[in-house]
Amino acid sequence: MHSICFQATGVPGSNYIFDSCSPALAISKPINLRFCGLRKEAFGFSGLTHSSSGRVHFSSRGHSKKVSASAESNGSPPKSFDYDLIIIGAGVGGHGAALHAVEKGLKTAIIEGDVVGGTCVNRGCVPSKALLAVSGKMRELQSEHHMKALGLQVSAAGYDRQGVADHANNLASKIRSNLTNSMKALGVDILTGVGTIVGPQKVKYGKVGFPDNIVTAKNIIIATGSVPFVPKGIEVDGKTVITSDHALKLESVPDWIAIVGSGYIGLEFSDVYTALGSEVTFIEALDQLMPGFDPEIGKLAQRVLINPRKIDYHTGVFATKITPAKDGKPVIIELIDAKTKEPKDTLEVDAALIATGRAPFTNGLGLENVNVVTQRGFVPVDERLRVIDTNGNLVPHLYCIGDANGKMMLAHAASAQGISVVEQVTGRDHVLNHLSIPAACFTHPEISMVGLTEPQAREKAQKEGFEVGVAKTSFKANTKALAENEGEGLAKLIYRPDNGEILGVHIFGLHAADLIHEASNAIALGTRIQDIKFAVHAHPTLSEVLDELFKSATVKAAASSHGPVSEPVAV
Amino acid sequence: MANVLQTSFLPSTSSLRRRSISGSKGKSQSLQVKAKIREIFMPALSSTMTEGKIVSWMKSEGDKLSKGESVVVVESDKADMDVESFHEGFLAAIMVEEGGVAPVGSAIALLAETEDEIAEAKAKSQSSSNSTPQVVEEKPKQIEEAAPDVPAAAAAPSVPVAKAVTLGSAVHPASEGGKRIVASPYAKKLAKELKVDLGTVVGSGPLGRIVAKDVEAAAVAVPVAASPAKPDPVAPGIELGTVVPFTTMQGAVSRNMVESLSVPTFRVGYTITTNALDALYKKIKSKGVTMTALLAKATALALVQHPVVNSCCRDGNSFTYNSSINIAVAVAIDGGLITPVLQDADKVDIYTLSRKWKELVDKARAKQLQPHEYNTGTFTLSNLGMFGVDRFDAILPPGTGAIMAVGASQPSVVASMDGRIGMKNQMQVNVTADHRVIYGADLAAFLQTLAKIVEDPKDLTF
Repeated sequence: MHSICFQATGVPGSNYIFDSCSPALAISKPINLRFCGLRKEAFGFSGLTHSSSGRVHFSSRGHSKKVSASAESNGSPPKSFDYDLIIIGAGVGGHGAALHAVEKGLKTAIIEGDVVGGTCVNRGCVPSKALLAVSGKMRELQSEHHMKALGLQVSAAGYDRQGVADHANNLASKIRSNLTNSMKALGVDILTGVGTIVGPQKVKYGKVGFPDNIVTAKNIIIATGSVPFVPKGIEVDGKTVITSDHALKLESVPDWIAIVGSGYIGLEFSDVYTALGSEVTFIEALDQLMPGFDPEIGKLAQRVLINPRKIDYHTGVFATKITPAKDGKPVIIELIDAKTKEPKDTLEVDAALIATGRAPFTNGLGLENVNVVTQRGFVPVDERLRVIDTNGNLVPHLYCIGDANGKMMLAHAASAQGISVVEQVTGRDHVLNHLSIPAACFTHPEISMVGLTEPQAREKAQKEGFEVGVAKTSFKANTKALAENEGEGLAKLIYRPDNGEILGVHIFGLHAADLIHEASNAIALGTRIQDIKFAVHAHPTLSEVLDELFKSATVKAAASSHGPVSEPVAV
Repeated sequence: MANVLQTSFLPSTSSLRRRSISGSKGKSQSLQVKAKIREIFMPALSSTMTEGKIVSWMKSEGDKLSKGESVVVVESDKADMDVESFHEGFLAAIMVEEGGVAPVGSAIALLAETEDEIAEAKAKSQSSSNSTPQVVEEKPKQIEEAAPDVPAAAAAPSVPVAKAVTLGSAVHPASEGGKRIVASPYAKKLAKELKVDLGTVVGSGPLGRIVAKDVEAAAVAVPVAASPAKPDPVAPGIELGTVVPFTTMQGAVSRNMVESLSVPTFRVGYTITTNALDALYKKIKSKGVTMTALLAKATALALVQHPVVNSCCRDGNSFTYNSSINIAVAVAIDGGLITPVLQDADKVDIYTLSRKWKELVDKARAKQLQPHEYNTGTFTLSNLGMFGVDRFDAILPPGTGAIMAVGASQPSVVASMDGRIGMKNQMQVNVTADHRVIYGADLAAFLQTLAKIVEDPKDLTF
């Protein structure tokens, strides 16, 4: 998967996903690695704690535990099954699981009540990349200084809004049909309708007004994803007060748009809107913009992505009330101080984009029939993605992947989780190492990261008593970046000097999202700095930024370069 | 909806970031002081820069620096620039805090090679911080090819002036009778840069919101309002009875003016009839052509025929004949003046030249001119005609051969060759030149050519 999906945060635009993990990652223990990113150890990763605000309103299932008793009586596990695996939700997570299941020889069905592709393909990463591709080109064409430095002359750049919107829509359709075809071609049954769990290993599905069908499966994966989270007091009309779902259709380019939340979603849209001529006001609940990023990267990103652009911001404030424009009045936003709760300011803008994160979409799933209660809408799971019921017991044959479990709300994380589950149900025990999953923000230039931020690494180091090393390289020293006249950028490596373990890598610069995989693969495979620094990179390429980064790290001589941990297993 | 974007919208501060300070200046940046503690010097960011102000430190004491990493933002006499480290190490001690001013070449921070030396460097910085000023005296040699900074006579820009500041005088419904100011993010940014008080700006945006063009209009309106109509020399905001130190730019002006005294100059004046030029201007004004661009173009075309007037004397022993004709035009900007350069004014067509001029003025106001946009002039124009000044005399900017002061074009009674008396628009120009390379006859011939071009301006539009 090539793109990020939107990440949920409980607090408007804050709380990067890693805030929640109290990393119990024990990479130092010798293990056998067979698959990239799949680990055998338990990984104490509780995705549920990071939603610190109680504003998600999806907890209505709590009162119906009784039903499960009756469901159990008439829903005793069938002896023969219609399918080996049923996946509820045909997003990127479900798709990844389905493909891998077929590869493993499982008879697989996927239930989708909306459109194949889910959020990522239809309302997230995919169409947003189309818009960002346009904004990147617009930025370049408008940067006369940049053009002149390359010896190019371009007269005034303009755009056709409908044309841009069509590009995004066409891309989504194309990827959607690719996804559908790939599943059909492999023999995955696509069942249309809303899927509901009616008992162990039993799912019903059907369209509204049509009779339900009941199917049975040896194993069930919940992959229902998420929807944009809209805090209380905000009235979304889809025209002037919008979520990412509406914004991606690009029905208008307002002169002035307020973006509530400065996480990935907000940041990417600020890139799009400012390139298309809008002015942007960020509203962020925390005291600084881009709270999820490594502080140093965030600081540089602010210097490049915020300060020189037509953007201003209010930090440490909540938007308590947002009223859409009507009767000739603009959109009105009431702000209160995030700490004192005192009214702070009122803004009047042409439009407001709510980018406060995403809430799990788990309503109506029938979880009560298997005695499961969601926590703020998220389906509780263990580290092997097995669903946990109200008594803290595992529900047999039921798994939950992707945004619905809240562990790491990224499209490719969902897909990796799906693959991990399929591995388990086909007889191989696996635990996914979430710290090896990269994330990216597709601004211009891009931001990408994997593993821990520097403060997180230092905290862990203090707890576990090891030293932290930090190495940095600048894009200004990279030939390819300079050839593109895009020398603005920084790559940062956080590592253990005692054994050469990579704890985190953060990149801000040209094609950062593509560059991160060398680091994420190294983390997934347990490759140490003392080994990877001998890997050769083509010259001149942007990849040399990472080459230089690894080479600039100082690993203590005592660290063996072929310890048991770093030894990759030949497959 | 902004379906067609102005090209000028994007280059903002990012356009100011310099890749690195070029090699020749690099040596003044870091000198090996001790084995492993290096000083970071105030770099020379332009040839006229003698001191710089620290805008902000991007690193704190104790931070590790890589080669090529930005360390500090310095405000020179022209622009803000990032300064990069030329060595690896740790930023051990900051010797000039943010907001502080340091002469070019003086140490502003210490760079330790290893973490262990930070303490040592700190101690060193304390002992030497008292003696920093003496470093200034070591670097007094001004580079001869100094940019033409500033002629004595400031010229107000000839951009369209203060058109309709009161465009949309609707009071914003939510401004609560002026208690609240509603301005777009970019308008706020611009107001800060151009030092415009938003309280005095009337918004023309939706519902009376202040948008960028309102701020720009207000910024242009201010200098005009304070010009000849109101001869009151006391501009608003000046407190009488106080002593106000020069800004960096004013300091540069002052130094250049004093330096100009070492050049033997002389002046030659000429009266040029402008009826034809005025008619041409009227005709093509709607296409965005400005009088400044026309004058620059005419001057450049005259210079093509008189390369010596486009030359300069760098060392006192030789003529330096410049390969391009770059017309610098003095512009008054807030708190000083600057000379944006119309490069290759002889070759570029008048429409492009006019657009270029507008862009340069916008950039100058936003303090975003690149060094090559203000220090590559080979001949300077200073025009006070729009204020009704009929003649004046300009000081030659160091590093160039000549400057021309242009007065107002005014109706005058003239006797023509055929013995009649008539009314003609006439303008007085007065050239100041370096007599080491440009002699009286050269200027006379140049002015004659210029007068011919202006009086028969068909060549200006090609």
